[in-house]
Amino acid sequence: MIIKYEKQKNTFQKIYEVIKTMASKPSGLIGLIILSFHVLLAITSPLYVPYDYKAIDPTLMLNPPSSEFWFGTDSLGRDVFTRTILGGRTALTVTFFGSLIALLWGGSLGIFCGLVGGKIDDIVMRIIDAFLSIPWILAMLLIVSLLGTTTLVLIPALGFFYGKGIVRVARAATHDVIAKDFIVSARARGHSNLSIIWNEILPNVRDAIMVEGAMRWSWMLLGFSSLSFLGFGVSPPTPDWGLMISNARGLMSFAYWAVLAPIFGLSSLIIGINLTADAFAKALGIDRSTKAPV
Amino acid sequence: MKNAVQKINNLTIGFQSQKGEQISILKNISTSINQGETVGIVGESGSGKSTLALAMMGYVKQGLFTISGECMFHSNNLLEMSNKELENIRGRKIAMIPQNAGQSLTPNLKIGYQIDEALRLHTDLKQSERDEKISELLNKVRLPSPETMAQRYPHELSGGQQQRVAVAMALAGSPELLLLDEPTTGLDVTTQAHVLELLNLIAKDTGTSMVYVSHDLGAIAQVSDRVIVMYSGEIVLDGPVRSILKNPIHPYTFGLLKSIPKLTSPGLPNSMSGSQPQPGSIKNGCSFYERCEFADDNCKANSPILEFIENLNTSVRCFKHNELLNLNKSDSQYVKSIKNKILKNEILDLSNVSISYAKQKFLEQLLNKINDDNPTVKDININIDKGETLALVGESGSGKSTILKSIAGLLKTKDGNIKFDKDKILSNDLRQRDSTFLRAIQLIFQNPDESLNPNHTVEEIISQPLRLYFGLKGQDLKEKIIEVLDKVRLGEFYLTRYPRQLSGGEKQRVAVARAFAAKPDIILCDEVTSALDVSVQAAVLNLLQELKEDFGTTYIFVSHDLAVVRAISDRVAVLYQGRLCEIGPSKNVYKFPSHPYTEVLLGAVLEPDPDIKPKLVAEDIVEEKPPENGCSFQGRCPRILGDICKNEVPPWQTCENGNSIRCHIKMDDLKSQQISN
Amino acid sequence: MFFLVIKRILLGLITLFIVSLITFAGVEVLPGDACTTYLERQAFGAALEACYERLGLNVPAYERYISWAWGVLQGDFGYSLSGEMKINEVLGPKVKNSLVLASASILIGIPIALLLGIITALWRDKLPDIIISTVTIFSMTIPEFISATLLILVVAIWLEWLPGIVIVPTEASLSELLPNIILPVIAISMIMTAHMARMVRSSVIQVMASDYVQMAILKGVPYWKMVFKHVLPNALLPAINVVALTIAWLLGGVVVTEVVFNYPGLGRLVIESISNRDLPVVQALAIILASIYVGINLIADLTTLMLNPRLKSLQIKK
Repeated sequence: MIIKYEKQKNTFQKIYEVIKTMASKPSGLIGLIILSFHVLLAITSPLYVPYDYKAIDPTLMLNPPSSEFWFGTDSLGRDVFTRTILGGRTALTVTFFGSLIALLWGGSLGIFCGLVGGKIDDIVMRIIDAFLSIPWILAMLLIVSLLGTTTLVLIPALGFFYGKGIVRVARAATHDVIAKDFIVSARARGHSNLSIIWNEILPNVRDAIMVEGAMRWSWMLLGFSSLSFLGFGVSPPTPDWGLMISNARGLMSFAYWAVLAPIFGLSSLIIGINLTADAFAKALGIDRSTKAPV
Repeated sequence: MKNAVQKINNLTIGFQSQKGEQISILKNISTSINQGETVGIVGESGSGKSTLALAMMGYVKQGLFTISGECMFHSNNLLEMSNKELENIRGRKIAMIPQNAGQSLTPNLKIGYQIDEALRLHTDLKQSERDEKISELLNKVRLPSPETMAQRYPHELSGGQQQRVAVAMALAGSPELLLLDEPTTGLDVTTQAHVLELLNLIAKDTGTSMVYVSHDLGAIAQVSDRVIVMYSGEIVLDGPVRSILKNPIHPYTFGLLKSIPKLTSPGLPNSMSGSQPQPGSIKNGCSFYERCEFADDNCKANSPILEFIENLNTSVRCFKHNELLNLNKSDSQYVKSIKNKILKNEILDLSNVSISYAKQKFLEQLLNKINDDNPTVKDININIDKGETLALVGESGSGKSTILKSIAGLLKTKDGNIKFDKDKILSNDLRQRDSTFLRAIQLIFQNPDESLNPNHTVEEIISQPLRLYFGLKGQDLKEKIIEVLDKVRLGEFYLTRYPRQLSGGEKQRVAVARAFAAKPDIILCDEVTSALDVSVQAAVLNLLQELKEDFGTTYIFVSHDLAVVRAISDRVAVLYQGRLCEIGPSKNVYKFPSHPYTEVLLGAVLEPDPDIKPKLVAEDIVEEKPPENGCSFQGRCPRILGDICKNEVPPWQTCENGNSIRCHIKMDDLKSQQISN
Repeated sequence: MFFLVIKRILLGLITLFIVSLITFAGVEVLPGDACTTYLERQAFGAALEACYERLGLNVPAYERYISWAWGVLQGDFGYSLSGEMKINEVLGPKVKNSLVLASASILIGIPIALLLGIITALWRDKLPDIIISTVTIFSMTIPEFISATLLILVVAIWLEWLPGIVIVPTEASLSELLPNIILPVIAISMIMTAHMARMVRSSVIQVMASDYVQMAILKGVPYWKMVFKHVLPNALLPAINVVALTIAWLLGGVVVTEVVFNYPGLGRLVIESISNRDLPVVQALAIILASIYVGINLIADLTTLMLNPRLKSLQIKK
């Protein structure tokens, strides 16, 4: 192993290094490009939409793609292109913040269980298992049907459900760390528990948890779109890919453009997030199947 | 003239670095293995010895490739053969005994099956004949009850047993050449000695050629006819075992032998500075130049070639070998005896300490009631004086680490108490100890990879005790850190390094620095040199001794290596299954009379001298639990008197030398018995 | 050994118990009760009283829980919200239909996943791996409703090979169902198989890099023998747990897929009952689905236990 002597980096430089490593492989680069594109699109699209996404015009119903309407029109005469480029905004916002919540609560609970061990750990994990065994769809649908489908409800609800998976990973990572001698060393010196958790344990489990969070982000997006598809997510007339697919599929046989455009938008975003999350994992060294010479 | 079984010609193996450079792990290796001979290949980590051993089987690890040269087995180049052809040779003509047998046996297959597999592949025996052969092989490697053994899974066997199974598996095909990659590393001292004896017997019995790869010169000395020394991917010395070990003519071997603590010349050995260069970093000149005390400018500019010296029957890669030939080889010049200033006031007193070791959860309190009449550690009574180094010696299961953890407050004692500074009782529970006591007792661990937080820089690591105990901040803190690092010979440059960027020796120095930063009175050293390379061990030991002389710190030094213990300690306590067997001044413990267990341990020590053979006095059994009554050593004692040893706890007897032995045999009888042996 | 099995089963039952508590409590805690949501604007006066009476909502919560749980244990899920349907009768055939779909997906998906996972691991980074891995990565990322929709678009509409929407009634027999499940099964198993294949690949690669595999090679064991005897048993054992988890995901995926294909199974029932706020049905569904999940995990756990030599012998020693 050739040891390179690096200067100590501050946080920004570290982030830059990680991104550089991610971009060095083709899959990572593609992922980053797609993801950045989508994020930019989501942020900036309202500035240059050609039409109003709400504008209904029955006379323009189901027109195929043309120079006027690049992606054609849907069953209510709305411009599909406009709705497509706006379609990711809610999805990205909800899932991004949802993932943050999932990360925070899942990570905290996981670390807590890993540290405490014993009966409390067993009980909490049993409860988590029980929650995991209720098909998420059932629970989500229940919550949104009773509490509504505003983003205020969706973000914590999604965050809660997807955080469960992170608990296991955080717990396992914590177990790995606390067996190590440097933790014993810190205990023996008499550092307070809080300081040990903050200084010694967190920096070493942080990577695993972040990677897991990144992967959950894509699953959450899947879940969110499924909800929208079923009519339990975003409410019309807000443009959302899941909802658009649901509306358009009945008429697929003669208006394929209305369903293909949102499918393409959603799939590309999910692939982008997945590739990025994968590259992120590799860049942080959290990957099982790498083999380096020497 | 013996036939060569294997000939290696100018072999260079390496890999392509990220920048596209070709970097060699093995450089121009040329040597041969003759029929019936045992060749020991010695080198530290990074020398390329494992790569060479694997290459001798035609195996090159993924990521590496053959840059040039060949490895000929009889008349075929192994490195160019197809997988099919290699399958015919591996196991049948050349067999390998791996380093960690436990990891090298397939977990889901019974061991009988795995040996049978080897037989099916490499012999033409029928089913019934094979069953017989399996029993025969298991007997040959001295494993008891072959029928039951064959039905077991690998994880059900002890380390020593797993190693023997690996040997049996390798012998199944009656190979011409046996390759052994560090086969005794990680085994207990007595187990090691037994396995080596077995290997010697097999070599003589079957006439198989053996290649024994190790970093342990003691082990190599016991089995080899010939020794090859490797450094930085090259062969630097190749000759008969006696001439290499008694009269080494290469500076590296010379320095290496000097730096190993030996029982025959007790004292702290000199260490070599520096460490082995990284592959690809030395472009010109001799790879040992940086660390060589004999080198001159010529050595820096030109690379020496491997030269064969006729009258010594040795090949050497050095311009200066003649100088070394004439050097006085007496070891006594190269060790210094330690003089510790011991104040006769007690710093630590363990009285009647018993510990029951149960798995603890982090942050969780152990229940106060521990129902255990047969605790892991029992009746420990030791007084430790300020400024001395007390060694705790024993094999695995002896309880030595348990006692250390108890002193540190990480494990609760079941009975007895530990007093600090004559009268201050140390609380059982870490959380309740006063911070003065926490500061006064510091720990250094065995594995430097795990004892330093991989996410902290060296600066952060050393700052921990300074901030915690002294409240230092800012510029004061930084200056103090630099001061501490300086004491362990690490420069300012190291402040921003992460542990993964440091070598094993450097990491251990940081751990030592961290312990000393707290200005402790007592430092508990738990096998602190066991995970380090041989040449680095001496450096760390010397460092510890220097620091002790500067600060007057008391050390409690746990180790299984008796030679290291002899070099560094004032007093030694020998433990077996958590009970004290013997305690006394070091030089006396190593002389007779000794407790029978001490005798066993001393007998099993492997000196890097082929003429000093280990004495195997006791069987190599691993005991799970201490016996309920009587002497702890009753299960393995070669001098057992009878029922008295099984029923009554033996009394303490003090010899004229000042060491105390716990045994039923009278001291004078013991002494005369041991001396006559 | 025996005790370990009993212990696992008990733990499973405890999990189910907790699930029942969660669903029951969850419903209680959320705003509005069954009657007010069902009756909506008519939620007052005599109608409300009658509704409460019928559903037993005028009785304290824990009593309701006990009587409900008791019923469930006997297999009786009570009545739907409107009080008109016995839940058991409604659920029965739908459960059967969904099980047909799920079983078919599992039976097809698992062997294919194992095969693909092993192939991609053994030919790592070569052409088979690159092609299959790219396809699996794409499959993994597509939501079920998209894959289902695309399948309908391509296979049913453009190519007209198979029917897109299922029109058979709930009580259809097996033979009537079968031709209709082809597309849904493909939609579900595409994703499930992709997930499992990646996990199997990972596990096999890890085992291939282990010391004991290297030892087997150095022993001269022929390649394929080594794969079957030394690698696969050790690689596939941890895969059992993954399979169990994937099947659990399946339960959720089935719901969405059934909606897309209009398949007469539990999926549609879930959507309908939630839209209609038919809480007794929802509770029943939650317990059923959770039981299936727990049951599958239990089987996976016990299978792993029996097959893992380490755990097996530990038990024998005791």
